[in-house]
Amino acid sequence: MAPTEAENPTSPTLTTVIGLEIHCELDTRTKMFCRCLNRFGDPPNTHTCPVCIGMPGALPVMNRQAVDMTIKAGLALNCQVPEFTKWDRKGYYYPDLPKNYQISQYDLPLAREGYLDVPLPGGRTSRIRVRRAHLEEDAGKNVHDLAAHTGVDLNRAGVPLLEIVSEPDIHSVEEVMGYSRSMRRLVRWLGISQANMQMGHMRFEPNISIWVGDGQRIFDESAGYFTPILEIKNLNSFRSLEKTVEWIIDYHRAQIIERGRDWSLEKVGKQNWGYRDDLECCEFQRGKEEAHDYRYFPDPDLAPVRVEAAWRDRIAAEIGELPIARKGRYLAQYQLSDKEADALTEDAPTGDLLDSAVKLGGPVRRVVNLMMGRMMAASNQKGSTLAQLGVSAEALAELAGMMEAGKLSASAADRVMEVLLAEGGKPLDIATRLGVLAVSDASAIEAWVDAAIAANAGPAEQVRTGDKKAKQAFGFLMGAVMKLSGGKAPPAAVKQLLEQKLSPK
Amino acid sequence: MASLRQLSALGLRKAIAAGEVSALEAAREYLGAIDELDGQLHCFNQVHRDRALERAGAIDRKRAAGEPLGPLGGLPLAIKDNICTAYGKTTCSSKILADFHSPYDATAVSRLEAAGAVVLGKTNLDEFAMGSSTENSGFAPTRNPWDVSRVPGGSSGGSAAAAAARLCAAALGSDTGGSIRQPASFCGVVGLKPTYGRVSRYGLVAYGSSLDQIGPIARNVGDAALLLSVIAGHDGSDSTSLDRPVPDYLAELDKPLKNLRVGLVSEFHSQSLWPEIRQAVDRCAEAFGAAGAAVTEVSLPHSRIDAGPDGILSSYAVACYYVVAMAEASSNLARYDGVHYGHRTAKPVKDIIELYCRSRAEGFGQEVKRRIMLGTYALSAGYYEAYYLKALKVRRLIKNDFDAAFAKCDVLLGPTTPETAFPLGAKTADPLTMYLSDVYTISANLAGLPGISVPAGLSRENLPIGVQLLSGAFNEPVLLRAARLLEVALGPAPAPPLAGSN
Ligand SMILES: [Zn+2]
Repeated sequence: MAPTEAENPTSPTLTTVIGLEIHCELDTRTKMFCRCLNRFGDPPNTHTCPVCIGMPGALPVMNRQAVDMTIKAGLALNCQVPEFTKWDRKGYYYPDLPKNYQISQYDLPLAREGYLDVPLPGGRTSRIRVRRAHLEEDAGKNVHDLAAHTGVDLNRAGVPLLEIVSEPDIHSVEEVMGYSRSMRRLVRWLGISQANMQMGHMRFEPNISIWVGDGQRIFDESAGYFTPILEIKNLNSFRSLEKTVEWIIDYHRAQIIERGRDWSLEKVGKQNWGYRDDLECCEFQRGKEEAHDYRYFPDPDLAPVRVEAAWRDRIAAEIGELPIARKGRYLAQYQLSDKEADALTEDAPTGDLLDSAVKLGGPVRRVVNLMMGRMMAASNQKGSTLAQLGVSAEALAELAGMMEAGKLSASAADRVMEVLLAEGGKPLDIATRLGVLAVSDASAIEAWVDAAIAANAGPAEQVRTGDKKAKQAFGFLMGAVMKLSGGKAPPAAVKQLLEQKLSPK
Repeated sequence: MASLRQLSALGLRKAIAAGEVSALEAAREYLGAIDELDGQLHCFNQVHRDRALERAGAIDRKRAAGEPLGPLGGLPLAIKDNICTAYGKTTCSSKILADFHSPYDATAVSRLEAAGAVVLGKTNLDEFAMGSSTENSGFAPTRNPWDVSRVPGGSSGGSAAAAAARLCAAALGSDTGGSIRQPASFCGVVGLKPTYGRVSRYGLVAYGSSLDQIGPIARNVGDAALLLSVIAGHDGSDSTSLDRPVPDYLAELDKPLKNLRVGLVSEFHSQSLWPEIRQAVDRCAEAFGAAGAAVTEVSLPHSRIDAGPDGILSSYAVACYYVVAMAEASSNLARYDGVHYGHRTAKPVKDIIELYCRSRAEGFGQEVKRRIMLGTYALSAGYYEAYYLKALKVRRLIKNDFDAAFAKCDVLLGPTTPETAFPLGAKTADPLTMYLSDVYTISANLAGLPGISVPAGLSRENLPIGVQLLSGAFNEPVLLRAARLLEVALGPAPAPPLAGSN
């Protein structure tokens, strides 16, 4: 049984019940039903053709890559992928929808009846069932910032859109966020979507109601009732999703107190609400009376799709280790912290980079530190994944190895990494060019150590006598040696020599 | 020499290839005839004179250079105005697309031109191919060259009348419920609706997408076979076009048909059929018998036509057809909203909804609006099962009937239309009577089968009578050979006097 939020120990109990629709743009080369490029950010209407702008006589041709990706998502979500699916037209008039119908899948989606196990804080896991995942074409975008009129950019029209619909198994803000973040990780992991929120690759539509009554018997009419289902469309950030769900739950609770059973699904039905980013609140849009009739019917322009076992099996074979399993392996095998394991399983190529660097002989701890340090900072700055930074597994393994061997200090490694990030290359060549390679000549190291001791007689004495500030003084002397050497003295050797020379007599 | 307009498409092709006639002369002759007669007939919405002459000139230069001219080298053809051309306009005879320029050529048009055809212009139709008389044109009705007070049939009325009046060597039409065969029958020419999926629909402005098919309208069976050979075949841009080899329909045309089994559709041979048409069908059955074919009666129970006590006909097929076609049309025509292209109201509007409403109210004609409304209703929540879903079931039953019939026969024989060409205005007040014009042709569209209307003599009123042959899917070679057999037996179809024959 899903966890419930016991709001009030005396009856009735309030249980939040949420179903979430996630729309995710697939990262195909071309659009869903034509050969225009699927590309974000180019000048308006530069990726259009008679098909995606709905010219008379133009006909759709299905993009198989998008179907492959949807099957992959379905299988990764533990769904059934039926052998027979078809395309339907969903009719509604909107200027960004050139045909005034959207090609979608109505009653026979590509995938149905699966689930996603969502890790929650504290090591808990929630299983959220997935009702269906289907494929459709995205609409264009209205452009409102023109002087005299509204424009329409149809570059996005016809881009393949995966819609994943959950069962109403979500019972808290925490679960909504955990589910939606896990879903983003999964689609990135599978390589089927960039899931870049800034580019609008992912949009959320929660349906939110509250069960007033026995939390163990949700849907049992004799044990309680639902408040109206409020649906909020087109949320395009995790922040707006979180704010919306919080706001709507509060709103429901206030209505329950104020209106009692008048605020019920039975009496009010389903409503559409919208999120106001500027005000961080939601507003009523329309009630059940104004609900659209989409007049779905099978699209006569497209043949039904038969997903034969061989096709399904080929896709299944491509899936491999999924993020939750990978994270578990990192915790156990590499002994990463929870935070590190999360960050390095954000997408498959990033995890693959770690695995490859380790396989090439890079010491795990050093590789992880490099990835979580400079590389993470650079990826945050660029808004890219770690793997997209272009640092190869070979370079990463080599750099980590050099650190481990005492050939590079931490600060020298950082400088090498900067160059790797900016222009690539071999760490050894870069370190040589920068002149930061540790000096292995014992006499040179000893000379620096002796010079540092001579120049800092006070701290040296503190170390030698085991003064209570001895530890601090040792660190100071280490720093002095490193400074004298221009960062080229290997820290391990310096430490050893200092200890030897300043050991209590 | 006699006017080269009297030559069939095959005859003209031969004359051009032999250098007896130049493509330019042929184009000029036809353009001159259009100048002379089309004011009266209104077959054409537009004539692309300069382009036609230029292309004809190019064919002649090819010939002079000894290059191959293509299977349609220099033939002046007409294209129904719901088939997209990248030149001129594609209006669908609708005010909503009165100034619409398509950015691309339909696949069928590019195939014709690649084969050397010279396109003369775009022909009139019932708006968006919705109608059986071409009176629903948003511009002006086309007249029947046999009697200009009568309709040419529809919706491909412009193409059929142009082919009959010798204003083109042949033409393309489109057939959703009989829109090639019925006007061909009314105008005394051959009209062929191919198997669904045989000819690409890419660039055919959709009416009923699961029924629409482009096909040739020509003066004889050979010319129709010639055009089909060029336009048939798989097209990667149309998912409903089938990837099957295209036979050389022309080469096989005169091969004798051995053991041909002809089925006379008993449901179509009913009491309500005009005696003269019934007699024409009987004559054809006799001709088949005389040629050694086995003629038997077969039944298509779900295509039955009942006459009510008031004499009004009813048919499952017609009811099923109109639900399916209108439902699809309501969705296909949703795109004409005044936003991206086409007619947009000039009146001030307060919001986008009013822009849609006004633009569509002004741009669409009465019959188109009627079909959009009925189709929208049929797809609405609560009615979908009772109308659309039920129609799909009836469609399946109609198909099953044909499967059973074609297990016993190679071709089915029956009338193309219940009557000959009717006077303009005779049916405009009663759309239901108009819909029954397609009562014999509609089943083939529902079943996706090929059908051909062949001229079978003239009525006492001197109006053409057509008979229809149907065959199994992709059996066009046999269908065309059976049609050719009839043509030979009945003698060449006459031209209307207005065309100036002989
Ligand atoms: Zn496109």
